[in-house]
Amino acid sequence: MSKNSIENERPVISCLNVWKVFGANATDFEKEKLDNLNENTLTAKKWTAAVCDVSFDIGRGEVFVIMGLSGSGKSTMVRCMSRLIEPTSGDVNIEGENLLSVSDEKLIEIRRQKMGMVFQHFALLPNRDVLGNVAFPLQVQGISRKEREVRASEMISLVGLEGRENFFPAELSGGQQQRVGIARSLASNPSIWFLDEPFSALDPLIRSDLQDELLRLQAQLNKTIVFITHDLDEAIKIADRIAIMDQGRIVQIGTPEDLIMRPANEYVARFTKGVPKSKVVKVSTIMKPVAGNHAKTSSFLNINDRVADVADILTKTQEAIGVRNDGGDIVGVVDRETFIRILAGADIK
Amino acid sequence: MKFRSDVVLLEPMRLLLWAFFFTFVFFVINIGPDWMSSFPEALIFPVAEKVGSGLNWFARDAKIAGVPMQEITRSVASFFDLIIDATVVVLSKGIFTGRGLNVSQLVPPLSWMSIGGCLAIVSYRFGGRNLIVITSIAVLFLVLFGLWQNAMVTLASVLVSVLLAMAIGLALGIWSFKSQNVENVTRGVMNVMQTVPIFSYLVPTLLLFGYGPSAALVATVIYALPPMVHNTVLALKSVPTETTECGVMIGCRPRQLLWQVQLPVALGRLAVGMNQTIMMTLNMVIIASMIGAGGLGFNVLQALRKLDIGSGLEAGMGIVALAIILDRISQAAAQRAANGKHLEPGQRPLWQLLVVWLIFSSVIAFIFTPMQTWPDAWEISTASFWNAAVTWVNMNLFDILEGARNFALLEIMRPFNRFLQSAPWSLVVASVVALAFYLGGFKLAVYCALLMFFILLTGYWAPAMASVYLITISVLMAVMIGYPIGFWLSSQPQLKDTANFILDTMQTLPTLVYLLPAVMLFRIGDVSAVIAVILYALAPAVRYAMVGMSQVSPALLEAAQISGCTRWQTLKWIRFPAALPTLLIGVNQTIMMAFSMLIIAALVGTKDLGQEVLIALNRSLVGEGLVAGFCVACLALISDGLLKAAASKAEVSTIRKMNS
Ligand SMILES: Nc1ncnc2c1ncn2[C@@H]1O[C@H](COP(=O)(O)OP(=O)(O)O)[C@@H](O)[C@H]1O
Ligand SMILES: [Mg+2]
Repeated sequence: MSKNSIENERPVISCLNVWKVFGANATDFEKEKLDNLNENTLTAKKWTAAVCDVSFDIGRGEVFVIMGLSGSGKSTMVRCMSRLIEPTSGDVNIEGENLLSVSDEKLIEIRRQKMGMVFQHFALLPNRDVLGNVAFPLQVQGISRKEREVRASEMISLVGLEGRENFFPAELSGGQQQRVGIARSLASNPSIWFLDEPFSALDPLIRSDLQDELLRLQAQLNKTIVFITHDLDEAIKIADRIAIMDQGRIVQIGTPEDLIMRPANEYVARFTKGVPKSKVVKVSTIMKPVAGNHAKTSSFLNINDRVADVADILTKTQEAIGVRNDGGDIVGVVDRETFIRILAGADIK
Repeated sequence: MKFRSDVVLLEPMRLLLWAFFFTFVFFVINIGPDWMSSFPEALIFPVAEKVGSGLNWFARDAKIAGVPMQEITRSVASFFDLIIDATVVVLSKGIFTGRGLNVSQLVPPLSWMSIGGCLAIVSYRFGGRNLIVITSIAVLFLVLFGLWQNAMVTLASVLVSVLLAMAIGLALGIWSFKSQNVENVTRGVMNVMQTVPIFSYLVPTLLLFGYGPSAALVATVIYALPPMVHNTVLALKSVPTETTECGVMIGCRPRQLLWQVQLPVALGRLAVGMNQTIMMTLNMVIIASMIGAGGLGFNVLQALRKLDIGSGLEAGMGIVALAIILDRISQAAAQRAANGKHLEPGQRPLWQLLVVWLIFSSVIAFIFTPMQTWPDAWEISTASFWNAAVTWVNMNLFDILEGARNFALLEIMRPFNRFLQSAPWSLVVASVVALAFYLGGFKLAVYCALLMFFILLTGYWAPAMASVYLITISVLMAVMIGYPIGFWLSSQPQLKDTANFILDTMQTLPTLVYLLPAVMLFRIGDVSAVIAVILYALAPAVRYAMVGMSQVSPALLEAAQISGCTRWQTLKWIRFPAALPTLLIGVNQTIMMAFSMLIIAALVGTKDLGQEVLIALNRSLVGEGLVAGFCVACLALISDGLLKAAASKAEVSTIRKMNS
């Protein structure tokens, strides 16, 4: 849904050499950074480097997942992108505008119009009912009661909570509360959507439901999403691209398939070891290219299919399988042996 | 897991210090010069006089923009008087015309039926059936015992004080929350304010605001302010970071963030502050009547002065009834506001109900006057019963009581007092400093030394030692009675709710009420004072014992059981060390309560710092009142510092033990 747009449009969010060092003031830090910043200086100055030299671009409509263990700096990073936390050094651009140099007034404006955020522990206001919570961002903007309640009701039905407008947060389950959080973050129709571990506090079954819900909403709304998680399965399920963070640094950015097939280092490899390859590997990766738009096969797959999703083709044919691209041209073949090896979790030769 | 007692290792340094200390003790007792046992007069600095004349100058001669200070404060006072008067007119007096004998009531005040009904309606809406029962009983008590009118006078000043204290406290709290520097200042000031006895405020307040309800209002507000400030800061700090971040991301401006996100979320904790403010205000009711607040407090005071135990008890119970109504309704309301609640189908908005009721009941009261003012003839009173009971007790149990009293006085209290009074000051100071050094290190030692020298240099050493004697005996007794009760209660989970209710009520009772039974049985004097202090300080002792004992983690208890500990071993090795920090904090809290009661106990004729303050109040000696008050604060701060240090030391050693 996004790959094409990334190339021909300027990025919606662009971070360049972002640092967040807790305990340091910006000028001191700049001085140290230019000379020698290492573990020793950090400990000596009682600084905590939560985000170290992070750069990436995110395109319109992309689902960008930041993944890492607890304490790796994910929350700090996503907060730098909305200036909830002031980066110590570096640049953050939102739709071409330098976020770090805008005035307070403009910053409020950007947050109101362009950004929505969902929190791990929901952050609902216990004294307001569902309708009041979802309408709150609009109330803050001074929109009339009638107008904001109409809009809030739409959002509430969008997340499947119609009929519960007058419930208070304490009367809802965790999953329902997070639905309210989602509805609220969408109320002012932002183009950028930050989600900081939105499903980590929920039971596995509910988590899975809400992941599906998120994908459904994204298909409908096409936001630019920054999604934080510590759960690799979740990341793979929803990401266009994943950035893996470790101790404040980004160690690899790539599609789920990239990470699993071509881990950048030992750390990423260890992380991704347990993931069934067939769930991320696309047919295009394991096919042998053929020229001339023909192959002697009777069954065909799409080049973008994931291996696990099309496994039942093995029951229908005994020979190699052809691969077509989106245009319907035949571009390659996959032999049964390779197909089965991937399904069984073995490496690609 | 191994259990072994800590081996005390005396490092050479510490050994040396102890040796030095004991030599010093020996030296002072046997061959020390005179100045070491009684503090030289020449060194005593007339602080009180200076403070007094300073304040007098400030009030009479200091000018702001050409207007004398006193004139400013007096006009503030008349403004407050206006507000209180207006409230009193509505609740209790009504509007009159004419003068002298020709007075006639133009407009009656709200009838008891109207106000009581409104309270009942509000109770039912906020707290359901339980609350309406409690409120109705309290209202009927006030009406039937003929306390209604005075209760409404008290209610008027309480309402105004509480609102004012809440507003100021909230503002200070918010300011402290926003600036660390402001917080440091307010925290320091509030800590001292909470330990300086109430009476000390009264004299300067009188000087600036004159005798009357507004002076009482100012003193009450100052007294009730600290918990509101403290809890506002705590409440705002307890707002989850994510919630604040959410507000910011939504695009709140700072003011929207505060009023629409942080304060509503903090409301549950804020309610604790409001509640404490209400309680402190009611606590102050009787004392405020000494400087001109009328109402129930004045009734109690009068009864106490005439030793009319019965009426005093009734009026005291009236204050309790008011306290219960305000406490329960405000808690229920805050709970509801914090969690949000909708009208159920068919429920009307509260204000509509209240307006309808007010109109309806006023008409009824107009037609059927007993609903307006309960006739004297229908009142009931138990005063004569109580007075008869006292007479009976004094006639029949005189020997026993007197025996007990004399025994306590002659065998325990007097000797202990004499011991403290004759102990050389240098020795007392040295012991306390040594203890402080052992518990909390160098800083604490210096802090304690400074505080003690303040007492020495201002010349209040002897009454201060008298206070120490009363406090020590009362606290020891309160702890010896309260802790076993608390330990026992903690093993009886089914009694927990009842116990908490009783403890709550005990802490709601105005301090003076505790004096009454003591005076009834033991007449004026130290014994009655000590008994009153013990009664008052009992509730925190029991409560902390309960909390401390239930604090041990179940996992640890299981571990002990598995390693085969007997009940007694478990108690000794696990429960007690784990509870010790809490128990020490409990002692600290008990001491603080005892200090606040001690000053009031001065009314029954003690000879300590409290008496000094009281005398200063009666003679309007501003400086003496303040300085003696500060001396009480010094004592309280010393014991606070020592016990907190002891508690954290105990905590550290417990943790170390658990780890081994
Ligand atoms: N306000 C703060 N002050 C100091 N250190 C902080 C602060 N917030 C986070 N950190 C530190 O920064 C690191 C990254 O934290 P965080 O971004 O919350 O990680 P994550 O969200 O990946 O679990 C952690 O080591 C944390 O201790
Ligand atoms: Mg996090």
